[in-house]
Amino acid sequence: MRETLVNKKQNLSYWAIVLRQFKQRKMAVLGIYVLGFLFFVAIFAPFLAGDRPIYLVKDDKTYLLPNIFNYKDLVYVEFDRWQPGEGDFSLSPLIEYSPRRTNLRDKLEPPSWEHLLGTDETGRDVLSRMIWGTRISISVGFVAVGIAVFIGVIMGSLAGYYGGKVDMVILRIIETMLCFPGLIIILALIAFLGRHISIIMAVIGIISSPNVARLVRGEFLKHRESDFATAARGTGLSDLRIMFRHILPNSLAPVLVDATFGVAGAILIETALSFLGLGVPPPTPSWGELLEESKRYVDFAWWLVTFPGLAIFVTVTAFNLVGEGFRDAMDPRLRQ
Amino acid sequence: MKAYLIRRLLLIVPTFIGISIITFAVLQLSPGNPAFMRLQQMRGAMGGEIPPEIIEQTKKFYGLDRPIHERYVIWMGKLVTLDFGNSYKDNRPVLERITEAIPITIQLNVISIILMYLISIPVGVYSATHPASRGDTSMTILLFILYSLPSFWVAMLLMFFFGGGGGSDSLGALVTRGFTAVGIEDSGAGRWLLENVFTFNWFPIFGISSEGSQDWPFHKWFLDRLWHYILPVFCLTYASFAIMSRYARAGLIEVVRQDYIRTARAYGFSERIVIYKYALRNSLIPIVTLLGMLIPSLVAGSVIIESIFSIPGMGRLFYESILGRDYPMVMGIFTITAVLTMLGLILSDLLYAVVDPRIKFE
Repeated sequence: MRETLVNKKQNLSYWAIVLRQFKQRKMAVLGIYVLGFLFFVAIFAPFLAGDRPIYLVKDDKTYLLPNIFNYKDLVYVEFDRWQPGEGDFSLSPLIEYSPRRTNLRDKLEPPSWEHLLGTDETGRDVLSRMIWGTRISISVGFVAVGIAVFIGVIMGSLAGYYGGKVDMVILRIIETMLCFPGLIIILALIAFLGRHISIIMAVIGIISSPNVARLVRGEFLKHRESDFATAARGTGLSDLRIMFRHILPNSLAPVLVDATFGVAGAILIETALSFLGLGVPPPTPSWGELLEESKRYVDFAWWLVTFPGLAIFVTVTAFNLVGEGFRDAMDPRLRQ
Repeated sequence: MKAYLIRRLLLIVPTFIGISIITFAVLQLSPGNPAFMRLQQMRGAMGGEIPPEIIEQTKKFYGLDRPIHERYVIWMGKLVTLDFGNSYKDNRPVLERITEAIPITIQLNVISIILMYLISIPVGVYSATHPASRGDTSMTILLFILYSLPSFWVAMLLMFFFGGGGGSDSLGALVTRGFTAVGIEDSGAGRWLLENVFTFNWFPIFGISSEGSQDWPFHKWFLDRLWHYILPVFCLTYASFAIMSRYARAGLIEVVRQDYIRTARAYGFSERIVIYKYALRNSLIPIVTLLGMLIPSLVAGSVIIESIFSIPGMGRLFYESILGRDYPMVMGIFTITAVLTMLGLILSDLLYAVVDPRIKFE
């Protein structure tokens, strides 16, 4: 009986142990739920907010019109300002306001049942803009960190595995990049290269890659001479295979923790950029841009300041909580 | 030690060349060159097309007609004599404008660093000496929340509520209603409080000194300056409390477990002496190295905070320069920031050796 129990425990893989540890941390699990909600909002934004019907039966024809990818104003022109007539059947998004269509008659309305979170200076619904802004923030966060991890893993594993001259050169590059304030470079690059979303993602990703590289390098140094790596080398596997199939999977834990915090950081940078007027260009809705706009109305339009800021805060907190949970769950010293 | 210092100082040179080549290349190769933008502004004033020879002349005037590597060598050559060129914006020497702006940023950042250490070390010590107590837990949660709050949002909320914005009016109305409820709004003290204290127009939200303050006596000028710094400094510091107090806490917990602390306790020293005289000093070693990490993030934070509060420091100068594509200015600020940051990193390494005699540089 006792033996089976022991065996069972030993059979748990590393990630299963981490998962079990993670689940014990209530705040981290709460963070996961919040992130799940944010993902839901980001993915289903077309069904949550917009001023055109998602599903429409008109003149015996059926239209399926969600704007899955982008809220372009000109795509379905024939349904612009369309009102349901007799015999029509339509299904509208939850919030029946476009994140882009301006309505000067309703500008700067405080929150009401009509506009749950109020309207901005051109009469656009703040809630609708925030729902679509979730996409920008989440995607910038993930893509930027993805780029950072990709570059960082390649640099770090080359440096850590080969050592010597390769290590020296890469380490110098890493140190050069680390000793300079990242936001300053990011701001300058975006101001000069242009405010396109892919440029923003790439710049944030590249500038935050040296952190990952340093982490991966450290892990590779640790594992390079370990038994499993020596064994793999003994069987004549190629360097690339040893690096990416054997050592890398064993080095990913700290990278995952860093990446989770990194997403929070990237989202903060993106909103800060928008706030400084260097983010994703309008009229694309983003949280930072809403805050930027609210600068001019700070004396009375509290809803423009409060809600986007809260959204940023909740998102960043959730990512930080999850990152903290990962870190604690992977720390063998804290394991019961 | 001396050899190490010299080597580190010399290493600044290749690091700096690396940074400057990359930034120079990106800035110069990016679309929209300043000569053209300048001309476009002029065309806006005069109307009509720009003849190509004028474009060429303007390019030549700014030295933009040469190939990029030549431009870099020219820029670098001038840099050696501390000539950063003239700002495109007002044609004043870059160095002059930077030397005007940099003291303000340094003042802000030095105050911030001192405050960070003054607040987070006691917090960390408290958390470490009362682990898992209610105070420790609530402190951790509070700091975690502060850590996740975007500084530009906090800055705006502070301006809104305590800088005479709409929030101040609402808060004032709230207090008035409270005073009416207890019936003191018409008494002398009540009215005085309402008119002078509970207006919630507590802090200036613009600039670094009041109008006419240059004629004031020193102490008044000084207090006025401090008063202007309160909100910006708060916005620059609060996020770091979480990281630094956590470091202080972890450091102290680790030190307290060591043998020499048990020995000190066995001698019968009071807990106060054990903690503050023996444990604390060693636990501060890791937090000293944090200084090196702080400097770059503070410089970056200055850009946001200074542009919100309209503080004429390096951060705002940088922000305005990148928006105006003022190449000499941007490169000048890059250079100065890079050198200052690297000196800061060396300083924090040296401090490391000072506080921990076990560390020797060879």
